[in-house]
Amino acid sequence: MNSFNIPPNVAVSDTGFVFLPTTGETFTLNEIGKEIFKQLQQGKGYDEIVDSILSFYDIDKNSFERDFNDFVMQLKNYSLVVEL
Amino acid sequence: MDTKKRYERPVITKHYSGFMNKIGTSSFSKPKKDIDGVAVTDLVEKFGSPLFVISEKKIRQNQRNAVRIFKTRYPKVQFAWSYKTNYLNAVCSVFHQENSWAEVVSEFEYDKARKLGIKGENIIFNGPDKSRNALLKAIKEKAKIHIDHFDELYEIIELCDTEKLKAKVAIRINMDVGVYPKWDRFGFNYENGESWQAIKRIITNKDLELIGLHTHIGTYMMSTEAYRLAASKLAGLARSIKEQFDIVLEYIDLGGGFASHNTLLGQYLPAEEVIPSIEQFADAISSGLFELNFKNDELPLLILETGRALIDDAGFLISSVLANKRLSDGKKALIIDAGVNILFTGFWYKHKITPAQDCGLHTEESAIFGPLCMNIDVVRESITLPLLKKGDKLIIEYVGAYDMTQWMQFITLRPNVVMIMEDGSVELIRKSETLDYISEMELLPLKLSLK
Amino acid sequence: MNIAVTGLNATDNPGPGIPVIRSIKAHPDFNGNIIGLIYDSLEPGIYMEEMANKCYLIPYPSSGLDMLLERISAIHEKEKIDLIIPTLDSELYGFAKIKDRLSELGIKTFLPTIQQLNIRAKDNLFDFCTSHEIKVPKNILLTSSNDIYKIPKDFKYPVVVKGIFYDAYIANNFDEIKTAFHKMSAKWGYPIIVQEFIKGNEFNVVALGDGTGETIGAVPMKKLYITDKGKGWAGITIDDPNLLNLSKKIISKTKWKSGMELEYIKSEETNEYYLLEINPRFPAWVYLAPNAGQNLPYALVQLAMGETIKPFEQYDVGTIFVRAAWDLITNLKAFEKIAIQGEI
Repeated sequence: MNSFNIPPNVAVSDTGFVFLPTTGETFTLNEIGKEIFKQLQQGKGYDEIVDSILSFYDIDKNSFERDFNDFVMQLKNYSLVVEL
Repeated sequence: MDTKKRYERPVITKHYSGFMNKIGTSSFSKPKKDIDGVAVTDLVEKFGSPLFVISEKKIRQNQRNAVRIFKTRYPKVQFAWSYKTNYLNAVCSVFHQENSWAEVVSEFEYDKARKLGIKGENIIFNGPDKSRNALLKAIKEKAKIHIDHFDELYEIIELCDTEKLKAKVAIRINMDVGVYPKWDRFGFNYENGESWQAIKRIITNKDLELIGLHTHIGTYMMSTEAYRLAASKLAGLARSIKEQFDIVLEYIDLGGGFASHNTLLGQYLPAEEVIPSIEQFADAISSGLFELNFKNDELPLLILETGRALIDDAGFLISSVLANKRLSDGKKALIIDAGVNILFTGFWYKHKITPAQDCGLHTEESAIFGPLCMNIDVVRESITLPLLKKGDKLIIEYVGAYDMTQWMQFITLRPNVVMIMEDGSVELIRKSETLDYISEMELLPLKLSLK
Repeated sequence: MNIAVTGLNATDNPGPGIPVIRSIKAHPDFNGNIIGLIYDSLEPGIYMEEMANKCYLIPYPSSGLDMLLERISAIHEKEKIDLIIPTLDSELYGFAKIKDRLSELGIKTFLPTIQQLNIRAKDNLFDFCTSHEIKVPKNILLTSSNDIYKIPKDFKYPVVVKGIFYDAYIANNFDEIKTAFHKMSAKWGYPIIVQEFIKGNEFNVVALGDGTGETIGAVPMKKLYITDKGKGWAGITIDDPNLLNLSKKIISKTKWKSGMELEYIKSEETNEYYLLEINPRFPAWVYLAPNAGQNLPYALVQLAMGETIKPFEQYDVGTIFVRAAWDLITNLKAFEKIAIQGEI
């Protein structure tokens, strides 16, 4: 699977508050969104992320793949991720 | 395994000034997991989805409440159930058990009421379309015919003459009560004297007996003052009839039209904030009737044809999420299995839509589309809901009025309708349609047959 | 005493919350906390020093009353609210409808009744005025786009096209009416009011009625500077017994309960006052009143708490307010708190 690049200067707080300094925009992530986003920041790819989410949360692989792709699309929409 | 955390789809929400209104960590709306104590999951398992659910208890409460409110303000009150609002037999029968008459606007509805055992004299026959055959039947069965136009009046006169019959009639009157749009297409106009002319024409005919006056000033009325005006104008007419012809009318019928708690599209504030209560409508009507100035034993019966306000909140539509979609502009869309084919009122209401299962705290703005392969099938342009996944259930509330009569068999079949009875049992009151049922009325010319 | 106030949106179309808070706090007898109830994390009042001790997000009135009540009860558990003063037009129906339920929680209000709100609704004002011989511009109510064609021929241009709650446009011809109508119906829904334009000067009165017909106080003001959005940016208290008597008559006929703003126009032709609007809450310039000698917001607090108070009899003529734009500085932490937790 692809890996993703999050702009280096994006700040995420523990409450899920996201600040994009280049544009001044702010966002809120829900808990799983925050979890995934932090892992993306650490440079993890889909395979690593799916393993960690599936081990902690009650969800099957197919459903998660679908939600993950939708989430990445949302992030792209806000210029919070660049797909490599 | 069972120690795993509850999963919720990952989402990110952008903050827009003026649209940042996530209320801390409290959930946006509490899920509605049951209707009258019956679990939504059980209902769907047994009767499928989508599913219309009607609460017997709520209907009876609404009707008893309305009767009590009006009877404490005016001594003689009779409700007549407006068939077109919801004419499922079970629904009509609950109203009839609560002593409501039938108010019908077509021969089909008239026959339906008769078949349910309603006597002709307890049927109010309204509407612009009454066939000769229907009129004849109604006259013979002593129904209360509300004449809509002069052509109908002359037809009744002629019918009574040739068939040697006597008819009990009232007239429908339209008037200016400061409400827009004016409903001047039904009945005889008050201001231009047409109604007085009709009244005189009836009184001078030996076969006709004028027993009442009727008006119905509009639908989804939010002004009580309009009802006070309407009641006082009818009362004034009734007084003139008594003074000039010494006829004491049996009744005054103020029709229906009270707004329900559904919010209209384009209405900024929610309906529950702006619409008057039944008490306020009743206050307005009873104060309008003071104009009568009759002795107590001569007071006419007040008839009300309230429909929407008595049934809307007794109806629920359970629907399932078919798919989650993201539109080209990044906006979220939800596809559910109930479309405008069965939710006709979606064209003018912002229905209250509530998830039927526990959901996370996060919410998302999304559009709701129905299942039809038609661009018009939009249940809601935009609504804030918790994150839902395929198979989740939603309850669309306040769908008791008009949805189960104006629905259409289009693209797909109409679903089951159940009634939750007062004792908590669930009765199927209309079976979901089948291909055979729909095809039954069709005829295929032999030469077109492929078999 | 803990008083919750809404309308902290001290923006270029300001809500009256901040001036109401300033007035209450300016009274020497006031000893208590102010709780700001907000709809958006960028309402400037949140970030003003010494205004609200605490701020909480509450749901928009359009999202339903049960939710609003639920949220207020949750805040009440923490803050023990004694009194809520809603200050925005769009909230008042909602608060008027839940006032009994608030009172069961021990929260007082001092609000106009639904009937009073209905009288002042732009579509009923005309009938109210004509039946009490108060001058009012001719108007017509439009409830659909077809109704545009029903505007009577005797309406002289220009006309004012108004929404039921907010916004007004001046239209100089039929096409401009259509444009304004569509803009407004898309935003606020129906009905839309088209009203004759009376040429003359605008005058405003801030007042407080006690609910029995008595006027507790009234201060008239002439706008000195009006922004391109039609908002008064500076104003001066004036002395005109006719204007005061007319305002007292309106309060007496409506038995007005709560703060209010009366908007008039004085016709250049006849020198008579025409009533344009009754706003069912204090205006954003209400802070002028305590400074002219009538602390009407604090008097409302006293009335709400059940105290009997003597009506104000005078005020200083020539007191001026000048509104200022003033940048507040805050940081991301404060913003994050309000955006994520809904309170600060």
